[in-house]
Amino acid sequence: MVKKFDAKSFLRSMLVPILFLIVISFAIPLSGFTSSHLIKEVMTRLARDSFLAVALIIPILAGMGINFAISLGAMSAQIGVIMSQNWLIGEKIGGIGGLLVAALIALPIAIGLGYFAGSVMNKARGREMITSMILAFLVTGFYQFFVLFICGKVIPITNKEILLSRGYGIRNTIRLETAGAFDDLLMVKVKVPGLMRPIEFPFFTYILIALACIFVIWFKRTKLGQDFRSVGQSQRVANSAGLHVDQIRVQSVMISTVLAMFGQLIFLQSIGTMNVYSGTDQTSLFAAAAILVGGASVAKATIPNIFIGVALFHTMFIVMPNAGKALTGNPAIGEYFRSFISYGVVTLALVMHAWSRAKARDDERKRLRRDKTDAAEAAKKASAENTP
Amino acid sequence: MNRVVKAIDRFGRAKFIIAAFLFILLMIAPIYGVSRVSTINDVVLRFAMNGVLVLSMVPMIQSGCGLNFGIPLGLISGLLAEAIIMEYNWTGAAGFIAAMALGALIGAILGIFYGYLLNRIKGDEMVIATYVGYAIIYFMNMMWLGLPFKNPASVQGYAGEGLRVTISLDKYWSHVFDRWPSFQGEGLVLNIPEVVNGQQTVQNLRIPVGTILLFLLFCLLIWLFFRSKTGTAMTAVGSNADYARAAGININRMRQLSVVMSTSLAAVGMVIYGQSYGFAQYYTAPQFFMFPTVAAILLGGAVLTKATISNVLWGAFLFQAVLTMTPSIINSAIELDISEVIRMVVTNGLIVIALTRKVRKNG
Repeated sequence: MVKKFDAKSFLRSMLVPILFLIVISFAIPLSGFTSSHLIKEVMTRLARDSFLAVALIIPILAGMGINFAISLGAMSAQIGVIMSQNWLIGEKIGGIGGLLVAALIALPIAIGLGYFAGSVMNKARGREMITSMILAFLVTGFYQFFVLFICGKVIPITNKEILLSRGYGIRNTIRLETAGAFDDLLMVKVKVPGLMRPIEFPFFTYILIALACIFVIWFKRTKLGQDFRSVGQSQRVANSAGLHVDQIRVQSVMISTVLAMFGQLIFLQSIGTMNVYSGTDQTSLFAAAAILVGGASVAKATIPNIFIGVALFHTMFIVMPNAGKALTGNPAIGEYFRSFISYGVVTLALVMHAWSRAKARDDERKRLRRDKTDAAEAAKKASAENTP
Repeated sequence: MNRVVKAIDRFGRAKFIIAAFLFILLMIAPIYGVSRVSTINDVVLRFAMNGVLVLSMVPMIQSGCGLNFGIPLGLISGLLAEAIIMEYNWTGAAGFIAAMALGALIGAILGIFYGYLLNRIKGDEMVIATYVGYAIIYFMNMMWLGLPFKNPASVQGYAGEGLRVTISLDKYWSHVFDRWPSFQGEGLVLNIPEVVNGQQTVQNLRIPVGTILLFLLFCLLIWLFFRSKTGTAMTAVGSNADYARAAGININRMRQLSVVMSTSLAAVGMVIYGQSYGFAQYYTAPQFFMFPTVAAILLGGAVLTKATISNVLWGAFLFQAVLTMTPSIINSAIELDISEVIRMVVTNGLIVIALTRKVRKNG
């Protein structure tokens, strides 16, 4: 079957990226950044944020919409980092080793939280997105309780550097022992003609992201991936085909949470410091905004969406404060504007999707009505012809 | 025994557990050196302050638009109205009433557009409302900085432009209704003797009579509205959209009207909040009203498609009591500052529970 290229629907699906391109193309010259600085920044952000965006794809495939509860995976990663820094104090196992230990600690937590989130979302059918969002806030409460009281009161914290001076609770920001462990492993410098300095980019992190993308593509082609897709298309049909719909939906959230856990580890080692209490607040917003800017919708997301989206979204993020300052003389306006754009883009994408779905439902109803009247007229005609 | 269980069920189990918990907290308060009178004082004050905000949830829930996470739209209307009235230097009760009226008007205009949007995205109202709420807050942050307000009391001192983060309403209308019926002095204050920490003291119990009456007046108006023909039609849309359509009710118009009402009420609620609090809070402040207000009406016993005035009254009272009493009493009892954690868990836990409860499918 050859898909016909539909220019109108293509334009509609690319509306958000195009709007974004226009905004950025005005903002970049205003910001006054040099292109080498900008490219370097965007390359770093691509390495830092893409993995988290990959975590959103599988729940979308299974028809759960955007999983705003990927913050749960991020929280598990943060707990893993805290514990590994606590237990590995004085050990010489290097950055990569430290991150692997953190991942090992975080993995069971992420699996458990993913199972919990999936089960809760199953109870809120049709309201998965808002539920996942509020659930993330709820679990943040428990997470803060854990890092503020359990750490130090119940779990002994021997590393004084991460402990608050009062004797229990973790400090607000902690410096990572494992900072840059992935990024510095294989830093590739590329000389681009026309630019002053060579562009550096963290090659090993890109390999990890590529592995995640290959996993997602491979997963979509497996039997299980096909099951996920059919659940995403119609739960009713999938159910009558003998698929365990509830189980598949929980699994999709679990995979997403675990991927987000790895994503947050990559994010943290790239930044080098960790915001213990507020570090996971914006995780899902930025990841969601990025893939939606990349042209994904609530029902369909592909790998290219991620890279287009992260690059566009983070370019906007970098240039906007300076552009706002140049335009209005007040850097705060630029910062507010970029927050407004982040939330606005998610709103716009959600509205466009819901709008087209409501329209499809309306068209369906109209067609049904027309079919019925057509049938009635045909029957009338037939009976008129039959009676002499 | 059976009769007791039935009575509790009719009252609502969650509500009963929370009420019992709060009652126990109040009973044990003196052990930890916390004054009962000042605790009750705080609860009553916050009940009056937040009441109308909680009430603003009712029309949209009743018409089937779900929990109004888009409440910041109303809040910023109220804030904008306050800034405008201050710009014209209206003070006292007149300024307060003018701010409420202007806020309601701005809220109604925004509500028309917001209702139009929500009518096109039926089924996804709540998640979109949340993002509309966040987006409008940040949009207005730019406006607060950029709009040409000149009043020295409300603009940032060093630059002379851009509203302050918190504007004191002292010279305008702070506590004007709290102090009713006298409109001056301290209003109704009861002096109650109480033993705190082993010492005989006299504690003030200040009752914001005017604000409570104002809240009850709005409750009465909404109660009357839902007994009118239009109100009944609105409830019908929320209960069963298909029946409502069959009965010839214009569903979209009813939903839009409910959104206009909710947004206007939220604007009025924000002005009343500022009056009681004594400050108008700009910039990111509206964020901190979104989830607590929704949680309050849920604690009062509302569900996704049904809310009554009694839910509002109980919800505003119990939720504010949880927020005020738990920090002061639990913190002194276990010597840990877990008020922030309790606030987050109670607020978001209530919303998650409401979202995961089975709702009858409609339309």
